[in-house]
Amino acid sequence: MTEPLLKVEGLTKHFPVSKSLFRSPTDFIHAVDHISFEIALGESLGLVGESGCGKSTTGRLLVKLDEATGGTAELDIGEGKLDIAHVPKEEMRDFRRNVQMIFQDPFESLNPRRTVFDTVSEPLAVQKIGTVTEREERVAELLHKVGLTPPATFLFRYPHELSGGQRQRVAIARALVLDPRFVVADEPTSMLDVSIRISIMDLMLNLARDAGVSYLYITHDLAVARYMCDRIAVMYLGKIVEMAPTEELLSNPRHPYTRALLAAVPVPDPAFKKQAPDIKGGISKAINPPPQCRFLERCPMANETCATADHPPLLDRGGAHLVACHLVP
Amino acid sequence: MTNTLDIESRGGRAGTTLLKLDDVIMRYHTKEGWVSAVENITFDLANGEALGLVGESGCGKTSVALTLLGLLPDNAAIISGDIQLDGESIVGLPEEQMRRRRWRDIAMVFQGAMNSWNPVYKVGDQIREALRLHWPETLTYTQETERIGQLFELVGLNPLMADRYPHEFSGGMRQRAVIAMALSCNPKLIIADEPTTALDVIVQDQILKELKNIQAELGMSIIYISHDIAVIAEVTDRMGVMYAGKLVELGDTIEVFHRPRHPYSYLLLSSTPSITGPRRKLAPLEGEPPNLIDPPTGCRFHPRCPFATERCSLEDPVLTQIGGGHAVACFNWQDVPEIGGLQK
Repeated sequence: MTEPLLKVEGLTKHFPVSKSLFRSPTDFIHAVDHISFEIALGESLGLVGESGCGKSTTGRLLVKLDEATGGTAELDIGEGKLDIAHVPKEEMRDFRRNVQMIFQDPFESLNPRRTVFDTVSEPLAVQKIGTVTEREERVAELLHKVGLTPPATFLFRYPHELSGGQRQRVAIARALVLDPRFVVADEPTSMLDVSIRISIMDLMLNLARDAGVSYLYITHDLAVARYMCDRIAVMYLGKIVEMAPTEELLSNPRHPYTRALLAAVPVPDPAFKKQAPDIKGGISKAINPPPQCRFLERCPMANETCATADHPPLLDRGGAHLVACHLVP
Repeated sequence: MTNTLDIESRGGRAGTTLLKLDDVIMRYHTKEGWVSAVENITFDLANGEALGLVGESGCGKTSVALTLLGLLPDNAAIISGDIQLDGESIVGLPEEQMRRRRWRDIAMVFQGAMNSWNPVYKVGDQIREALRLHWPETLTYTQETERIGQLFELVGLNPLMADRYPHEFSGGMRQRAVIAMALSCNPKLIIADEPTTALDVIVQDQILKELKNIQAELGMSIIYISHDIAVIAEVTDRMGVMYAGKLVELGDTIEVFHRPRHPYSYLLLSSTPSITGPRRKLAPLEGEPPNLIDPPTGCRFHPRCPFATERCSLEDPVLTQIGGGHAVACFNWQDVPEIGGLQK
């Protein structure tokens, strides 16, 4: 395999839970706990899981909206490598140029007092790229690419004059205006209606193919992940429990959590006979978790080993199918 | 009315008509003009039946629910049409009479279980309040407590939880308690508006199964309202597809899924990703839903419709039976291919 674009090793984020203002915290939420994965150039990796599993925190760590507690994330920026967890101040601008984010809520993520042109051209101004006319051309070109045509009619509109789908297109244009190599997309279509969702997903796929962008695509919806991603990683309470090429993961899930998750997804076919998901209880808390397997309490198959040994490592079981479970041979 | 405290549905024999909507038009008055949120909606619902209403945000599905419950805001009015529950018209009833029917005849499970509880009262006491207001006879405190315990057991909650406050419940438990409350007065009909939208898939799956079992056990009628056609596929017998305030297709759920006849239903189904079946390219729906203050002339879907002809922009198609209990509001329904048929 060629060198990956992004190589994440042991990435960790612990949030302190303060009980008192004057005492240093003793409890920590293990939001992201020693996760490792790689993303190749032009590849899109889906990160799926239930709310609270740490998938959004992982995304925020990789764009440096939160600082990691530990671990490394090496990004190949063409002329060398950058460790996302430790970017020197003078290289922050290079970093931002290569890494961008698309957020979930297009109603919250755009400044209501700025026009489309202001929003999309701001990264160019910050990076001191081009003259004003060149920037205008670049913004118009981007708007054209994301399907806001003719660009002239959109350049000077404000977010409130746009529909949800159009706003998300503006957010995508802003993320791509600097030709980043890596984009974190956090549930970019979950607030949109089905009819608009597909066109936004197609747009992101086409842009990825044309510009060679790699995505970390965060979603709770496995059907969306299947449509968008080459590979899928399943997270549970801060750990990646399974990771495999998309169709392999869906047709041959091996971790008991992935199986339960897949069995619970509603299928748009009334004739389809579903199995009942085999899982116990509700999602546990990630505050100071015990060292054993995170899924222990809810696992229908757990045995003596699971109850005593540490959380199992994520190991390749052949064919790039990685599973973190004591019971998977 | 029975004297026992059994949990049951007070609806009639399975298969007989419980609810009948006849050409209902409901509009909101706003500064910009009248918003036609519910236009010429006609359908009926049998006792023991689960009907789904599916559509995108702003298509009027929640407005249909509010119309049925008589919970319309002051700026809304039923312009014309009739709604009959058990053969009696409930349009234009005085608020006092409507209030007595609400909860006892028609109960509602709202979306967002997180927000439907008062945080400072125990969950059991909030159900107790519903019983005191809507149960036809006066119950003793012990009888109330007993009934609340039974309701909790029915929805899969420990009866001791009735003595707890809402913040001690997880999202899924709160939604179960909402269902318990909806069942508290033995309603004939439950309207479930996006009952599982804010929940994670595993919890969603559990709640939907629970609702389905309870419905079968009690022989109750349910109207499910959802934007998610996969949810509708799992829990309903019949379904209606709404677009821009109109009911554009109505039929058996299996039939509509396998052979949609309205172009909008067809495109909605073609653009829904699934984890089963072959991985296929999905067909996007061009354009955006119309502004309901000034909807398009003719068929409201024609500006986005790949099958539209000149007639569609001039005349408004009405919901017409095409056989097998399947009805569609489209002039060109015979041109709509089988799923996957429009892909190049």
